[in-house]
This record gives sequence, C-alpha cells and structure tokens, in this order.
Amino acid sequence: MLLSIKNLHASINGKEILKGIDLDINQGEVHAIMGPNGTGKSTLASVIAGREVFDVTEGEILYKNKNLLRLAVEERAREGIFLGFQYPVEIPGVSITNFMRTAVNELRKYKGLDPLSGGAFLKLMEEKKKLVELTSNLANRSVNEGFSGGEKKKNEIFQMAMLEPTLAILDETDSGLDIDALRVVANGVNKLRTKENAFLVITHYQRLLDYIIPDFVHVLFEGKIVKSGTKELALELEEKGYDWIRKEQQDNGKAE
Amino acid sequence: MTGLYADHRAAIAANDYPALTARRENAIHRFEELGFPTTNLEAWKNTDLRESFAKEYAVVLKPKQDVDVQKVFRCNIPHLDTAIMGQLNGWYVSKDVPLMELGNGIIMGSLAEAMKKYPALIGVHLGLYADTNGDAFTALNTAFSQDGVFIYVPDNVKSPKPVQIINVIHNDENLFLQSRNLIVLGKNSRLSLVHCDDSYNHQPSFSNVVTEIHLGEHASLDHYKLQSLNNESTLISSVYFRMEASAKLESHYISLNGGLLRNNIRIRFNGPHGDAKIYGIYLMDRKQHIDNQVFVDHAYPDCTSGELFKGILDEHSSGVFNGHVLVERNAVRTNAYQSNKNILLTETAKVNSKPFLEIYNDDVKCSHGSTTGQLDQDAMYYLRQRGIGEDSARMLLMYAYADEVISKIAIDPLRYRIEDMVKKRLQGELQICEACVLHCNTPEQPVEFVIDMTKI
Repeated sequence: MLLSIKNLHASINGKEILKGIDLDINQGEVHAIMGPNGTGKSTLASVIAGREVFDVTEGEILYKNKNLLRLAVEERAREGIFLGFQYPVEIPGVSITNFMRTAVNELRKYKGLDPLSGGAFLKLMEEKKKLVELTSNLANRSVNEGFSGGEKKKNEIFQMAMLEPTLAILDETDSGLDIDALRVVANGVNKLRTKENAFLVITHYQRLLDYIIPDFVHVLFEGKIVKSGTKELALELEEKGYDWIRKEQQDNGKAE
Repeated sequence: MTGLYADHRAAIAANDYPALTARRENAIHRFEELGFPTTNLEAWKNTDLRESFAKEYAVVLKPKQDVDVQKVFRCNIPHLDTAIMGQLNGWYVSKDVPLMELGNGIIMGSLAEAMKKYPALIGVHLGLYADTNGDAFTALNTAFSQDGVFIYVPDNVKSPKPVQIINVIHNDENLFLQSRNLIVLGKNSRLSLVHCDDSYNHQPSFSNVVTEIHLGEHASLDHYKLQSLNNESTLISSVYFRMEASAKLESHYISLNGGLLRNNIRIRFNGPHGDAKIYGIYLMDRKQHIDNQVFVDHAYPDCTSGELFKGILDEHSSGVFNGHVLVERNAVRTNAYQSNKNILLTETAKVNSKPFLEIYNDDVKCSHGSTTGQLDQDAMYYLRQRGIGEDSARMLLMYAYADEVISKIAIDPLRYRIEDMVKKRLQGELQICEACVLHCNTPEQPVEFVIDMTKI
C-alpha cells in the first residue's frame, strides 16, 4: 500500500471540513475524486501535501508505511508527494530554471546524489519539456507570472515530470482549460504513469476522465467519501448530476 | 560646532573665493538657529540621532595623507572598468595630480583644487542647489566643508567610462567628517557615476556629506550610491539634483550595511520634460537604521518621476521611507509614482513608510503605494511543496524581491557584483569591508550560494 488514509478529520479555523475520510491507494493506480464544490476535495489534497493551515483533528495517513502527518511539507515532497495546484502561485523574480534547479538538487541531496551540472540540468529540462509538449520558452520567465491559465497548468505538469513523484495529486488541473490544453495535460499524465507511481486526480467534471482513465472513482460529499466505484461511476455522475448524490444522502439521513 | 568654526575660520576658508566665505558665515548662523535635528521635527520623527551623538568625535580640519592609496582604493569588482576617484575621511586623495583635465574636456578631482583653479565654473553651481537655509546638516556642511569630489562634463561630451567615487573612512579615532561634492553635467552630456561609501575598520564615525548635482538640458546621469559602512557609523548623505529641461536621471540607492543611514534625496525639475527614476534597496539587520527621504519638486510641466524603494528588515533593525512629491500649479501633465515595499522578517523589526503627494493642478497622473508585510506565505508553501527547504525558499523569495530593484542596474559587472553582495548579505556573510566589499584587498573569494541565480 502506497497511501492509506484512515478516518481523517481536518479543520481550518475551527471549522471541520473533512469528516472521516478513508482511502487506500496502491502503486500503479489512478484514483479520481469527484464531488460538488465546497465538499473538501482541495482540503484533502492540501492535508496530504502538509499545508500547515489545516489541523488534523483525528485519524491518520500512512505513506510508504510511514506516518505522513509527522513530516513537514518539503519532507513529504522529497518523499515523492507532488501536488499540482488548482491555482499555481505567481512568484515574481524567481525564474522557472532556478526554481526547478533548486528543487531538483534539493531532491538529489535528500537521496544522497550529487547536484546536477548546469548542462545536465538543461538537458533534463529540454527532455521533460518535450514530454509534456511545452513549446513556449518559459525557462527565463518568472514562475507563473503573467502565464495564461493553460500555461500555468502545463507548467504544473512540467514540474511533475521534472520531479518524478511517487504520488501525484492533481487538484482540479482541468479547471479553466480549453480542450487542447486539457489533452496536453492528460497526455503528460499518461506518459508519466508507471507501475511504481500513483495518481490522485481531483476533478469537478467527468471530462478529464475521458483522457486520464481512472482505476477508481470516489465521490466526496460534505467531507466524506460517500460512493466509490470504477470509471463507470464517473459517467453515471455526469448523467445524473450531483443532485443525485445529494438526494441519496438526504434519503439515507431520513432512513437513519 | 559654532565655537569650533569661530576658532578655525581662517583655516576652513583658506581656499575660498569671496562669495563662498560669505556663504559659510551665513550657513553657520543658520545652523546656530536650527541646531541638530531632534525627533520633535516632523522630518526626523522616526530617526533618533541621540545614540549617534552619544559618541565622541574628532573634527579634522587638515587631511592626513599617510596611507597607502593603492592599498585602500582597490576596486575588486571583476571587469568593472571605471575612472576611480578616492576620498579618504572626506578628503580627496590622489596618487598623482589632485585635479585631472582629460582630453575631452572632462575635469575631475579635488573640489578644493577646483575652487582655486576654476572659481567661475564652481561659483555658478556650488551652494546654489543645496538647502542651506532649511536643512541643519546641509548648513553645517556648507560652513565646514573644505574638500570633496568635483566632476565636470562639458556640453555634448559623453564620459567614455563610468566614474567611481570611493569614499573610505579609515582612522584610529572616531571621526566627524563633512565632505562636499559637486558634479556638473553640461548640456547633452552623459555620465555614469558610482559612488561608494565604505568603512575600513570598526571605528565609529559620523559623516555629513552633501553632494550637488547639476544636469544641464538633455543631460543624462546614471547614478549609483552604494553604502556599506560598519555598524558604528552614522551617515547623513544629502544629494541635491537640479535638472534642466529634458534631463534624464536614474539613481540607485543600494544600502547594505551601516549603523544609521539617512539619505536625503532632493530633486528639482528646473525645466520641462525631465525624467527622474529613483530606485532603492536596503537590507538591514541587528540594530541598524535606514532612513530614505525623497523629495521631488515638479516645478515645470511634462516631467516624469518614479520612485521604487524596497527593504528587507531583520532582527531589531528599523527603516523609514518618506516620499514627498510636490506638483506645482503650472506643472501640468506631470507623471509621478512612488512605491515603497518592506518585508519584516521579525516581530522586532519595524518600518515607517509615508509616501505623500502634494498636488496643485488637476492635469496630472500620480500614484503612490506602500506595503509592509512578511514573505508571501502562499509562495513559501508552493516552493516547499516542490521539496525546497524553508531556508532556501525564504532566500529565493527574498532575493527575487530585491532583484526587482537590482535588475535595474545598467552596468553589468556592477550588477553581478551587487547580486553577489546581496546574496552574501542575505546569508549574513557580509558585514563590513573586510568580508570583501567593493575595495577589499583580501583575495577574491568565490561566491558560494546554494541557489544559482545566474540565468543559465
């Protein structure tokens, strides 16, 4: 088991967002998490990544059989957890090249490897740019500054390719993308899929899952996973809408 | 100070032309009325000089020239090719002649020498731009100053290489020094000027430096003020720019170290279509204090002024920014902006920022802004999520923040060196010049920086 989440409760400023999440992810699997807005999808991503503004009040997360909640954000990242941001942050004055070179070399240091030479690093960058069909020359531009929505998301996938994570969480990477950008992003993910790594794809729409075929689909509703299934569940959701889930939950509530 | 002046009147005025001596007399009276500023004055509200004045200083009325000039004034900026002018403890020092006249008509050297040799040229500028009447330190400087740097660039001459003034304080006793610089750019002339203030040891000092700069019509000046003094030093630097029609100024204030630094930057547009950009970066820690006072007088139409000052304040350091843009009644189509941004790294660091516009006509485009905060926490999270440790992430963000100002430095070797110095400064390696500042004579150390900032 790569990731095992048990009865996870998390809150921000005293308000509980996650109300008992259970989720197991194995290497080689792609999991999709769907659900209406405001049900805790992004919170789940942030809590796994280790964002400090969230308090985990109950439950545990095991990652590679280690207690993930004890690790700082950067330690989790070095252990192979990558978060593709829904809203990538603009960092004026930091070029993508420096950013990635620093990140790659800190990762190498963690693994006990020597830093990459300038030449080797550039070569790696070119290779990964091709892989994710990144044509524009972003290298000397500041991180995400003045990027279009599509460029920002492609840049996230590029960074993922550079860092080769074991568990990649993509938080609504499809939001705000046109169909061409969506295809590029999905192709990038598909090329990076291996038997060793796993993906957790968070999305509001089924659309992305036409391109990234998930092994499992989970529906998150009001801080809990209320339904799990295979890719067919996504199609059913698309057809019936989230009201179906809402109604089912209300009915369950009455039955209890 | 007035008693000291009275006792040494003759020695101080030894090189004067008559009008100058009269000006000294007025200035010392004016100083007597004004006195040293206290925090009761609005302009000094947040800069308290009491600690600086608690130390004893010696006033030296004659230069001491027994140092090895070659040793003190060696510029260690690789590939920076400048004409170097040295000042030691406020006095011009030269290894050959005190005043040089170059083939292209440029004159550079000691102001005291120039007063003897070119009284007419000096007389139409010296003392005419500085505010002797309103500013106590300027009045005191006008009364006492005997020497400093003089640069004259004739009409239509473009200085082939940058001129660098290296002002070093190196003495065994605490010094109170007052030097005066005059820089005159003729019509349609051009000059790059790098002005460094450094100290050579840990001895306390108090410098009261006044610089007057006249830019003739269509003249262009690229001006750099680098400050790296020891933590015991106080520097009051007042620079008065007078800009004639269509003159262009870019001024960069880079303050890396110093006990108490006060920069009075005063710009007057004396004709239409002038353009002045003032940039500042300051990195303070311990109990250091920096105070930037910028006053821009838009007295004529169609002028543009811009101010961007950025600071990083650590530990118990403190900063002041006071930007005052005055747009006079006839100064229509004025374009002016002011921006001051500060990052406070600790709860004990503090800053007082006051950008201020005073506008007397309605055909202007003006903006001002001031922000003070911590490092962007979203950006920190983003960098750390990519595996970058907290320290490196903080360094990357601080450097990027400073780079907005540093990137404006137009002289490449100087910019590379400042980039290195800022990196070292951010890592806490750079203190005073022994640690390898501009003129240090320790061998060049390779700059080790975990994050390679050079664009590869």
